[in-house]
Amino acid sequence: MDQYIDIKVRVWRQAGPKAQGHFETYELKHVFQGASFLEMIDILNEQLVAEHKDPVTYDHDCREGICGMCSMYVNGHPHGPDSAITTCQLHMRKFHDGETITVEPWRSRAFPVIKDLMVDRGAYDKIMQAGGFVSVNTGGVPDANAIPIPKPVADEAMDAASCIGCGACAAACKNGSAMLFVAAKVSQLALLPQGKIEAAARAKAMVAKMDELGFGNCTNTGACAAECPKSVSLANIARLNREFLCAKFKD
Amino acid sequence: MWLKDSSIGRKFIMSISGLALVLFLLFHGCMNLVLVFSEEWYDFICGALGANWYALIGTLGLAFLVLVHFCYAIYLTIQNRAARGNDRYAVSGKKEGVEWESENMLVLGITVIGFLLLHLYNFWFKMQLAEITHGATAPVELATKGAQYVIALFTTPVSGQIYCALYLIWLCALWLHLNHGVWSALHTLGWNNLVWMKRIKVIGTIVATLVVLPFMVVVCYYLGVGIGMIC
Repeated sequence: MDQYIDIKVRVWRQAGPKAQGHFETYELKHVFQGASFLEMIDILNEQLVAEHKDPVTYDHDCREGICGMCSMYVNGHPHGPDSAITTCQLHMRKFHDGETITVEPWRSRAFPVIKDLMVDRGAYDKIMQAGGFVSVNTGGVPDANAIPIPKPVADEAMDAASCIGCGACAAACKNGSAMLFVAAKVSQLALLPQGKIEAAARAKAMVAKMDELGFGNCTNTGACAAECPKSVSLANIARLNREFLCAKFKD
Repeated sequence: MWLKDSSIGRKFIMSISGLALVLFLLFHGCMNLVLVFSEEWYDFICGALGANWYALIGTLGLAFLVLVHFCYAIYLTIQNRAARGNDRYAVSGKKEGVEWESENMLVLGITVIGFLLLHLYNFWFKMQLAEITHGATAPVELATKGAQYVIALFTTPVSGQIYCALYLIWLCALWLHLNHGVWSALHTLGWNNLVWMKRIKVIGTIVATLVVLPFMVVVCYYLGVGIGMIC
């Protein structure tokens, strides 16, 4: 049964991108365990506003695990101590009475902190712009069944496409590598006939952009897949390696 | 050059050099194992691998591989630490399914290299180099009569057992390094998918064990001989 608990929240406070950050600890009393984690932060912010203090800045949007905005490192895990969920799907019943919860922003050179828990994940958008699309001529829409695709292939492409680009993979990786994200985005298109045509160019362009933006080198520790809110598989990284190496050897 | 400038290119170099070193270790381990069965055969191998041209080319190739693997490891680690940024996480939780060795490959690698220096002094310096320099570093007989030298090194009371213990620690570090390294190398080369993910990890563990086992057998055998448990 969900109960009311008293907690302490240790939050990273940073006034701006260049400012020196530090942890602040706030006490919250009578928090219902049925509340979501973000609702708890909202309660904290109401308390801070009432005290005429600056509320904690954090990213959030859909609050149903689809947009990937709620990027928080809670108690040493991206999206908190639960598996296959985003922070907005995390509930206070995962915490107990008297607990101190540590909340940090993503820490990666390619994701600089904007303010408090909010980071700039524009780097992922730049990688997408480098090649995460299929070029098509506009015109009549072809029939959906015009190109047959085997079910297992479609499933695998769909699983890769479930990546919401939240950045948990790069945040969890000890090497600050974005390989799982790039692998998912390359895979979802490389698996399908429509995406195969540009597969080689796409893999090269996206990997080049990823390296340019300062992400680290993947060493296959698997922390990314373990913490991914959408359980994107590490096997996608092997596919990206394959696509990239084949493309380079063909050159 | 993409092998230096792209992250996958750099990892490709790590994989290829690592796998080549695994093949060498398998070969090396098989040669060692001969000592347990026959000292004469072992001496024959020592003679065949001394200062012959093919052995020298092989040695140079190996030195190059180790150097490449080591330099790239340092290069990758520096880049990866920089990619992490200046601020570290205050709390870092245990990630489900992440092997300890995968996060400590550099430490394990340095441990392996450290012991390798001792190993080179004990064997390469006194055997192959002695033969190349015509006895300037050690008597040339060691190179052709390797069996007696190796047995003496590992069975001499106290110092022999210390050597055995050091070698066992070294082999454990090597096993851990390979337990992640082998499957990771195949994964980096793109030889993996959803079905093979578990299989390839098992293959990695089997290869790591196959590489380390012959070395272990020889060390344990002479540890037994040294302390009088094996006659």
